[in-house]
Amino acid sequence: MSNEATLHSQQEVMHGAHDHHDHEHHHEDSFISKYVFSMDHKMIAKQFLITGIIWAIIGAFFSVLFRLQLGFPDATFPWLESILGHWAKGGRISPEAYYALVTMHGTILVFFVLTAGLSGTFSNLLIPLQIGARDMASPFMNCLSYWFFFLASLVMMTSLFVQTGPASGGWTMYPPLSALGDASIGSKIGVDLWLTSMALFVVSQLLGGLNYISTLLNMRTKGMAMTKMPLTIWSFFFTAVLGVLSFPVLLSGFILLLMDRHAGTSFYLSDIFIAGKALANEGGSAILYQHLFWFLGHPEVYIIILPAMGMVSEVLAVSSRKPIFGYLAMIGSLFAICILAFLVWAHHMFVTGLNPFLGAFFVLLTLLIAVPSAIKVFNWITTIWKGNIHFTPASLFSIGFVSTFISGGLTGIWLGNSSIDIHLHDTMFVIAHFHIVMGVSAFFGMFAGIYHWFPKLYGRFMNQTIGFIHFWVTMIGAYLIFWPMHYEGMAGMPRRYYDISGWSSFKQFGGLNEFISIVVILVFAVQLLFVFNFFYSIFKGRKMTTQNPWNATTLEWTTPIHAGHGNWPGEIPEVHRWAYDYSKDGRDFIPQTEPIGPNESAH
Amino acid sequence: MDTAVTAKKKWWAGGYSPFNVSYGKLMMWYFLMSDAFTFGALLIAYGTIRFSSTSWPDPNSVFRSFPGMGETNMPLVFVSLMTFILIMSSVTMVLAVHAGHMRDRKAVAKWLTWTIVGGIAFLSCQAWEWTHLFHEGAWWGRNPFPNTDGTVASTNFTNFFFTITGFHGLHVTSGVILNIVILANVLKGTYEHRGHYEMVEKVGLYWHFVDLVWVFVFTCFYLL
Repeated sequence: MSNEATLHSQQEVMHGAHDHHDHEHHHEDSFISKYVFSMDHKMIAKQFLITGIIWAIIGAFFSVLFRLQLGFPDATFPWLESILGHWAKGGRISPEAYYALVTMHGTILVFFVLTAGLSGTFSNLLIPLQIGARDMASPFMNCLSYWFFFLASLVMMTSLFVQTGPASGGWTMYPPLSALGDASIGSKIGVDLWLTSMALFVVSQLLGGLNYISTLLNMRTKGMAMTKMPLTIWSFFFTAVLGVLSFPVLLSGFILLLMDRHAGTSFYLSDIFIAGKALANEGGSAILYQHLFWFLGHPEVYIIILPAMGMVSEVLAVSSRKPIFGYLAMIGSLFAICILAFLVWAHHMFVTGLNPFLGAFFVLLTLLIAVPSAIKVFNWITTIWKGNIHFTPASLFSIGFVSTFISGGLTGIWLGNSSIDIHLHDTMFVIAHFHIVMGVSAFFGMFAGIYHWFPKLYGRFMNQTIGFIHFWVTMIGAYLIFWPMHYEGMAGMPRRYYDISGWSSFKQFGGLNEFISIVVILVFAVQLLFVFNFFYSIFKGRKMTTQNPWNATTLEWTTPIHAGHGNWPGEIPEVHRWAYDYSKDGRDFIPQTEPIGPNESAH
Repeated sequence: MDTAVTAKKKWWAGGYSPFNVSYGKLMMWYFLMSDAFTFGALLIAYGTIRFSSTSWPDPNSVFRSFPGMGETNMPLVFVSLMTFILIMSSVTMVLAVHAGHMRDRKAVAKWLTWTIVGGIAFLSCQAWEWTHLFHEGAWWGRNPFPNTDGTVASTNFTNFFFTITGFHGLHVTSGVILNIVILANVLKGTYEHRGHYEMVEKVGLYWHFVDLVWVFVFTCFYLL
C-alpha cells in the first residue's frame, strides 16, 4: 500500500513540474534561481562545462609552463618571473614550482576537467533528455553536486596562491612525501588544501552519481526499455557506478593520510629519516596508501573514458547514417570494462615490491581489458564502414578518438606486462601511453560531445571552419607531442625530472624535447581558439532553425530549441524503438518516438 | 502491502520503476553500497597493517573496564552492552517502520523516540570508553598497551581503533540527527499529509546499515 502511494506521489511531483512549465511566463525565475543555484539539469550541465573549461585552460597552461622548462632547460623567460614571482627567479622555473606545476596539471586535468567537466556535463545534460525525463530524480541534490564541485574548485584554486605553494608530490599524492610537512615545501599547507578540496570533490561525485543512477533506472519514459537506450546513457550509467563505488575508497585513504599529517598517526609511515633525523613513526605502510589510491585510481581512468566512448558511439552512428554495429556487444563490453576496472589496480604497483605471484594475476586481468576494448574499437570501425559519413567537427573528433584509443591502448598492453613494466615504469613511455589513451582520447570524446550537442545547449551552432582547424591541429599535434615520448621512455628517460641535460644517455633527446614543447604551445593556442569559438558561438553562433539539426533518432531532439525546465512542453513522448534506426527500409532515420509500422520488424 | 504484481508487467520497459521502489530508496541503497566501500577500505587497511605486524595488543586486556567498577577485570562486558543497545535500537527502528506502514503516527513517534534514545545511549557509552582509554594514556599516536608477546606495540593499534570507531561514531551521530529531523516531521504530521511514511523507511535503512557496520567493527577490534 505505502509503496504504491510513494510511487504515485513521485509521479505527481513530475506532473507538477510540467504544470509549472505551462505557466512559466507568469512567474519568471529570478536570475539567482535560473543561472546560479539552478535546479534545471541543462543549466547545471552548462555550469559543469564552463567550470571545466576554465580549469582546462589553467591545467593546460601549466603544462605549457613545465614544457618550457623541459624543452629549453638553459633558456630564461623574463615574463615568467612577472607572472610567477619568486617561483621563477630570473625567468627560470624553480624545481619546486616545476613539481607543483606537474602535480596540479595532473590533478586538474584528471579530476576537475575530465571527471567533473566531462561526465558532470554530459550525464547532466543527456540523461534526462535522452531517457525522456523532466529532470533528474533529485534536482536539489544535482544542484548541490555542482556547488560542492565549485567549493572543491575554490579550495584547489586557493592552494595555488598560498605562500608555500600548492601540493607538489605528484597527482597521486604518495606518502611519505605528502604525509610529512617537513619533507618538502610542497608538502605543507598545499597538501591539506589539496586533500580538503578532493574530499569535497568526492562528495560532489557521490551526489551526482547517485542521482544519475537512480534517474536512469527509475525515470525512463514509457517504452524506453534499457535495451532501447542510446549507448551514451549506458556509458554514463557504468561511469556513475564506478564513481559511487571507487571514490569512497579514495576518501578513506585521504582520511588516513590527513591523520598521518596532523594526528601523529603512522598509517603510512615507518622507519623514516628527514635530514638525518629519525622519526618516531613505526608500523605503517606507504604501500597501503598506493593500494587505496589505485583502487580509485584505476576505475578513475574508466570514469574518464567511458563517457567519451558513449558519446563517440552516438556521434559515429548519427554522422555515418548507420545503426551502431553490435549494440549489445557494446553494452556487454562496457559492463566487462566496469567489472575489470575494479580488479586491475595493482598494475600501477608492479615495482613497489608487490609479490610477483600476485602480480601475475594483475597482469592477466589487465590484459583481459584488451578484449572488451578491442570489441568496441571493432564496432566503431564497422559502424562507419561503408557509411555515408558527414564530416563535421564532431564526427572528426569521434574518428580521432578511435585512432588515439587504438594507438594509446596498444601501449597499454606493453605496460600491463609486469616484466616490461619494470623497464618502462616511471618513464616518458608511461606519460605517452596514458596521455594518448585517456587524456587525448577523452578530450576528443568531450570535443565531439560539445560540437554535437552545442545546439541543444545554446540553440546555436559552433563555427565549423574553426572546428576543422581545431581538429586537425589538435589531432596532428597530439601525435607529434606524444609519439616521440615513447622513444624517450624506451631509452629510459624518467618522467617528472626537472632537467635531464645532466645525463649523457638522455642528452640526445634535447632537440626532441624542444620540438615537443613547441608543438605543445601551438596545440595550446588552438585550444584557446576553440574556447573563443565556444563563447563566441553562445552569443553569435548560427542560429538553430529546426529541432533536429543532425537528423538524429534520439529524444533530446524532440524537445523545443529553447526547452524550459521540464524539457517537453506537453506530454513526455513515448518510445517505440531503439536509438539506432538509421538508413532503415529506405528511410534516412526513424525517430525513437515513431511506432513500429505494421510491415516493419524491430531492429 | 499490496505490491502484488498483475500478471506480466514489463518492469524494465520504461515508464515505471523496475524495482518497484521510489528513486529516493534506490539512492539510499546505492549510497549504502558506497558507504560500505568506505568502511570496507578502512577495515581492510586495518587488517593489512595488523597482519603485517609481528604481534598486536590483546583486546581482552585493553577493553576490560566497566563504568563504576574500578579495577574489576570484566573483559568485553561493556562493549557487549554497547552492542546490545545498538541492536535494540535497530529493533525499535523496525517497529517504527512497521508502524509507518500501518500509518500509525503515534506508534511511529514512540518507536522513533526509542531509537533516538538508543543511539544517544550508544554514543554516550562510546564517549565513556574513549575518555577511559584516554586517561589510560591511549590516543592517536599514543599506545600504552603492550603486544600479546610482551613487546612494545606500535601506535597503530590505537590509531586504527580511534579512527574507525570514531568514523563509525560520526555515522551514528548523523543517524541520530536524521532520526530527530524525521521525528519532528512525524510529529508535525508531514508524512500523514503526504500519505506515506517512506522517509522513516529511508532513515531506517541508514540506521540498520550503521548497526551492521558496527557488527564488523566490533568483530575486528574487540573479538579478533
